[in-house]
Amino acid sequence: MKRILILGLMAILVMGIYNYAVYDPYQKTTMPFEERDSQAYLSRSVNGDPGEVVYGKSTNLENGAANTVAAIVVDYRSFDTLGEVTVLFISSLGVAFLSGGFGKTIRLKHKPSFLLQYGARFVFGIILVFGAYMFLHGHLTPGGGFPGGAIIAASALVLYLGGESSGEKMKAFKILEGAAGSLYVLSGIVGLYFAGFFMQNVLPSGIVGHLFSAGIMPVIYILIGLKVGSELTGILDYFMREEVSS
Amino acid sequence: MMELLSLSLLFLGMYGLITKHHVLKMIVSMNVMEIGLNLFITSLGYQESHLAPILSSKFPSSALNFVDPLPQSLVLTSIVIGVGTTAVALAFAKKIYMDYGTLDLEKIEGRL
Repeated sequence: MKRILILGLMAILVMGIYNYAVYDPYQKTTMPFEERDSQAYLSRSVNGDPGEVVYGKSTNLENGAANTVAAIVVDYRSFDTLGEVTVLFISSLGVAFLSGGFGKTIRLKHKPSFLLQYGARFVFGIILVFGAYMFLHGHLTPGGGFPGGAIIAASALVLYLGGESSGEKMKAFKILEGAAGSLYVLSGIVGLYFAGFFMQNVLPSGIVGHLFSAGIMPVIYILIGLKVGSELTGILDYFMREEVSS
Repeated sequence: MMELLSLSLLFLGMYGLITKHHVLKMIVSMNVMEIGLNLFITSLGYQESHLAPILSSKFPSSALNFVDPLPQSLVLTSIVIGVGTTAVALAFAKKIYMDYGTLDLEKIEGRL
């Protein structure tokens, strides 16, 4: 049975590779790289050509972020990101539903050693600050709200491993998560009110490469970072709890 | 060449997802599949000797050759959704272990 399956999958794979190599379905070789539509994102010329964009000099662009991937994620296709955040929220709801919500915290089987207990508290702050740096500079450097939030959740995981229990602190995370998500939708409505389109960038774009640039993008990335960080910490906390048997 | 490698990674994950009975191994196979697909999408925008699409003080102008940023941002979305699905899958695995005491799907076949 397994052999037939392997043969079938191999046949599909060979067919796919043959198709890819011979027919070139994505026009990688026939279409010049410079003629792709997505080159407009690189030169910030979706709504009209602004000329050459220079780091540290260009102003008043349609999007002033130095990081083009972040510009697409949070500005050009911000609506997709709203959906993405919603998917993550629903998955957090699903984890909460499956693991029985607010049960009692499972004690870890091992007792953390002295080194782990105090080393975790020492490293915790550094990881937290690095996560915050990551989502504050998301429009300038690689990174952004989602990796930053994941790093913040990693700092919470380090604390759990060091023997710290969450207790009542999770309620604050829940409130933070809800507030950040609502503010994200609200920033979209602000764009609808002032500029006529949902999620439109209403703040001035500033100089490319400066910390205060790219209009509403840093604000949205801060909100996403806080939301994802508190959400993933909440998911970790649900995994540490068990259902209360009635 | 990266496209073909990632395609084989996709099929490796699909094989694992179909044949394994252990829940955690199925989750790992699901992630391997997802990584294969993400690599495939990213490699569609790759071009030899082009730069990462980020302006910096070292590469300051948009007139330089950058790789395609659109597949990368789509993959960023897909990675986050992958994290969500993996979290739900792990919650299912925990639920199965708490209810049946094992993660092997063959052993709990009759009791479901």
